Amino acid sequence: MKVPISWLRDYVDIHLSVEELAERLTLAGLEVGSIRYIGIPQGEPPEGMVIPPSDHLVWDREKLVLGAIREVRAHPNADRLVLALVDYGGSELEQCVTGAPNLFEYKDQGPLDPPLLAPFAHEGAEVIDGHAEGGARMILEERKLRGIPNRSMVCSEKELGISDDHEGILLLDWDTFHPFAPGTPLQDVLGDAVLDIDILPNVARAYSIVGVAREVAALTGEKLRLPSFEVQMDGDPIEGRAAIEIREPELNPRFCAALIQDIEIRPSPQWMQHRLRLAGMRPINNVVDATNYVMLELGQPLHAFDYDILVERAGGNPPTIITRLPQPGEKLTTLDGVEHDLEAFNLLVADTAGGLSIAGVMGGLESEVQDAFAEPLEAMGIPLADNDDPETLPHGKASVRRPSTENVLLEAANWEFINVRRTMQSQKMNSEAGIRFSRGVHPSLALTGLLRCAEVMRQISGGRVAQGVLDVYPLPAETVRVELPYHEIDRLLGFTIPRAEIVRILRALEFEVEEVGDVLHVTAPDTRVDIGTGLTGQADLVEEIARIYGYDRIPNTVIADMLPPQRNNTSLEREERARDALVKAGLREIVTYRLTTPEREALLTPAGQKSDWPDAPYVTLANPISADKSVMRHTLLAGLLEVAAANARHTTRQRLFEIGNIYLPQNGQPLPDEPVHLGILLTGPRDVPGWQGQPDTGVMDFFDLKGVIEALLGDLRIEGKVRFEPTEHSSFHPGRVAQLKIGRRTVGVLGEVHPLVRQAYGFGLDLARPILAAELDLAALTADIQTLRDIAAVPAQPGIYQDIALVVDADVPAAEVHRVILEAGGDQLESATLFDVYQGDPIPAGKKSLAYALIYRAPDRTLTDKEVAKTHEKIARAAQKRLGATLRA
Amino acid sequence: MPSLEQLESTYTQAAAELSKITSGDALEAWERRYLGKKGEITLALRSVGQIAPEERAAFGKRANEIKNALGAAYSEREEAIRQHELAQTLEEGEIDVTLPGRTIPTGGLHPTTQTLRKIYNIWAEMGFQVYRSRDVEDDETNFTLLNIPPHHPARDMWDTFHTTTPGVILRTHTSPGQVRAMHEYGENGTQPIRVILPGMCYRYEQISARSEIQFNQVEGLAVGRNIRLTDLKGTISAFARRMFGPDKRVRFRGSYFPFTEPSMEVDVECVLCGGHGCPMCKYTGWLEIAGCGMVHPVVLENGGYDPREWSGFAFGMGPERMTILLHGIPDIRYFWANDLRFLEQF
Repeated sequence: MKVPISWLRDYVDIHLSVEELAERLTLAGLEVGSIRYIGIPQGEPPEGMVIPPSDHLVWDREKLVLGAIREVRAHPNADRLVLALVDYGGSELEQCVTGAPNLFEYKDQGPLDPPLLAPFAHEGAEVIDGHAEGGARMILEERKLRGIPNRSMVCSEKELGISDDHEGILLLDWDTFHPFAPGTPLQDVLGDAVLDIDILPNVARAYSIVGVAREVAALTGEKLRLPSFEVQMDGDPIEGRAAIEIREPELNPRFCAALIQDIEIRPSPQWMQHRLRLAGMRPINNVVDATNYVMLELGQPLHAFDYDILVERAGGNPPTIITRLPQPGEKLTTLDGVEHDLEAFNLLVADTAGGLSIAGVMGGLESEVQDAFAEPLEAMGIPLADNDDPETLPHGKASVRRPSTENVLLEAANWEFINVRRTMQSQKMNSEAGIRFSRGVHPSLALTGLLRCAEVMRQISGGRVAQGVLDVYPLPAETVRVELPYHEIDRLLGFTIPRAEIVRILRALEFEVEEVGDVLHVTAPDTRVDIGTGLTGQADLVEEIARIYGYDRIPNTVIADMLPPQRNNTSLEREERARDALVKAGLREIVTYRLTTPEREALLTPAGQKSDWPDAPYVTLANPISADKSVMRHTLLAGLLEVAAANARHTTRQRLFEIGNIYLPQNGQPLPDEPVHLGILLTGPRDVPGWQGQPDTGVMDFFDLKGVIEALLGDLRIEGKVRFEPTEHSSFHPGRVAQLKIGRRTVGVLGEVHPLVRQAYGFGLDLARPILAAELDLAALTADIQTLRDIAAVPAQPGIYQDIALVVDADVPAAEVHRVILEAGGDQLESATLFDVYQGDPIPAGKKSLAYALIYRAPDRTLTDKEVAKTHEKIARAAQKRLGATLRA
Repeated sequence: MPSLEQLESTYTQAAAELSKITSGDALEAWERRYLGKKGEITLALRSVGQIAPEERAAFGKRANEIKNALGAAYSEREEAIRQHELAQTLEEGEIDVTLPGRTIPTGGLHPTTQTLRKIYNIWAEMGFQVYRSRDVEDDETNFTLLNIPPHHPARDMWDTFHTTTPGVILRTHTSPGQVRAMHEYGENGTQPIRVILPGMCYRYEQISARSEIQFNQVEGLAVGRNIRLTDLKGTISAFARRMFGPDKRVRFRGSYFPFTEPSMEVDVECVLCGGHGCPMCKYTGWLEIAGCGMVHPVVLENGGYDPREWSGFAFGMGPERMTILLHGIPDIRYFWANDLRFLEQF
């Protein structure tokens, strides 16, 4: 919310600098996002703080002053220009040539009394170029305008950097500004700063200038000055001229109305327009502006109906305002021209003829205030569309334009905030009124807001306020009382704020406080809807006390409470161990979106094949934000392939892994299973080429992947029998894929990605560069991890090293050969390491040679050559017998 | 028939040759020729029996003298040559040390993981252990039990992804874990708790350089019979200084979260400009690092605790945001894009 300091000062004295005030508000929970300076220089930052630099136009105190236009004369050579004779406080009048249209009505009227007050710029002053876009600056220089020399200027709001308004010069109203003498520096007349405050949901009470002033008063110890709620009521009594009927008191606890007669629709006074603009609203006309002004001032949204239209709709009778839920199928066109299909809970303000407005959010098109000269699109704060083509304006049809409103029925109601919020969401509407009502406005404000607005409207529209108001209040707000023991404040804060200070803070926030022994009996003011009762109420009050006291003044302590039982998080520890193991194996961790689409994951299966991925439904978003993220993933592999494909544009060698959840809905359960998976992807050259030449020009293949997984298994200290079994899987190259099993558990799958799958992910069919991938279930992988393991002694006996080369049928698995060697070797054989696999001449076709390096060793003695020869022979025989192997010659 | 003259002449010749030898190979040949098993001096000594007995003693003595003298000269020469060769090796063995080393391809952890571990470690030392809960949550736990009733305007603070199962959403924060942890560890509100709750959260927002639909959060929760606002300030300040630097100023400002009261935002002095103002801190000198507050009595009750006897504090922080602040990362989208040229910098 935008808060002009000049406006704020109407209700509270401020002795802090603008910057200090912003800091105090920010620390108290009213975060000042930015400060907009109007003409005045930026101040010093508060002690120990910095403030963002501002490059706004600073009004030179000598060259930009208040001017009084004493006479407006015709320009001898130009119809579109006039000569303004300006008293700038000097000894003579200065003649300015200007094309400001709002001076034309004063042309050749002779001396003006009172004169017109306007900002005056001397030669050499820096101002914004009124004809340029984007706030370009210019220095005023003397030049001739149609033959008349001109060196100074009367300024528009745009030229001063106040707003974009360049329709005419800024004419200040005499009543407000005549105490300033001509020549007074403009900074002292119009200089200002506007705080942009981020209003959090629980400080809805501060969604107004008075609300912010109340906070300032509490923070600085100053007094709050409320505006007057006196109304001069000299019209005919309202009694019998309108009625109110509330059908849903829960949703509409209060409805107040006043009647203002014989008004004249016209632009509101300059001071009000100026304030509305500073606060970010566009002036419309005096009636609409009065409702907006009082909403900004007090926080109570108001709505003005054209009374005569209501009478017309009631067939010439006094209208009855009815607040009710819509009938099935009922529609309403709001004043922004949008037709709404109403939902059952969208409360309406209606009359006997039908809906008038969507309660608390936006007025309807039919009953709005009529202004014969303008289109009041912004009656409820709706920004105008940029397009001003009357054909496309929602209600720009001249045929429906009526004469200007003369009598106004003014509404100030209270609406249940949650229903307003639901309505705004369901109808996708937003308005200044809706923002306030949906955060909560106290019903007491309905009447005070009504009175204030009626008086403001009377003053600026020339109307008369009917005597009395209509006030239907079927559900009065309960007074909130909280008992707050002092020790409860101490308990939650951990330190003691002096009792007098606590009472001062609560009273400054307009709480009624009574001290009964050690307990405070607190009554919440009827401006607040955020104070609960009971324990919540206590917490609410403790927050108010701590906030205004200042969080920075509260000391820091170390927790003195007992230390709770300490627990290990085994699943996290295992995850982190797997991460470390894979990093040690030279892999890079990635983290991808857990949102994907079924189509993106379907790429994992070649077209027309049956998928081997989980045949589960997806966790599906009801409101996806983009087409490529609509469900929660089933696999990590798809993400790995996508990342690798993106990186393949600049990197040939990739060794990636991800550890994260996948999401599998369970039958009959609302929430899915979220198992943690581990995915690996390798592709590209095995070694990084260097200047020494490439030691191994090979590319990574299945066995690089298997090596990574073996390293992982070793690092994790997996207990249990690990097996890599040949398998088939739709995403993998047939014959180059294995299932990892530990004991009886299937842990996952690893292999070479199917050529059609890699192609689907954009890799092309470069089969010489396989993509290797694995997807494992982390819980299955780490189910049996040895936390303790006996470490073998370093061997004291020498080992005897011998090789053996066995020729077997080509389809005998190497693991089988290895197993036979180890079994036959018995205790004396320490290890057998495969070092060569060979097929081709002189090995017969259909055969292969497997060569192993054997280490024989006994733990307790040196083996003799004879013993070793005997075991070696035994191995060869076993291989021959069980595998049909022959020793390679 | 060996003679003394001959012996002397061999000696002179051997000595002369030795003095000219400069290489190890030549020295070896010389040694074989004169002092080896079949060397001339050795043979001369061995032939002493053929010398006339009266000359035998003198010949033998002289031959031994010569053998020793040549042996000593040999050793001296050998040492000199070795010195020379070493000097030569050292002289000629220069390599270009500016050539790059052989690359050892290393792996690495994702920056988020690195920051998470840093966060885990700091909190672990203060007695906070990791508690994890689910990504796909029910509306009740994500909002209602955290004092955010259906349709409450506070829900506007979280733009939510709903799933096609009514009442099931993607968690918008890790706070629902608070309620789950209280039920799991609180033993019906009888045991104190100190946990941190990391995890992926989701918000319905347009993805941009500054906002992501998926991000990690680390929530913290301490519940006890004597947990105070001053403890919250002290504990968070200690964390912030360990994470961002021991001399950093920390400030607390009022804020609003439905599940804590009082609620505060925590700012730390800008790590880039030291609080003097820069684009990173938007010229405020402060970086927002966490939200925090005292656990709301309604939430304590929903977790099984009696708020008259028990109190607690909670906080929430973003590891990606912290990583961005610590490393000046220009775009949050880098995190899940996984461009290796980004990841390899960590």
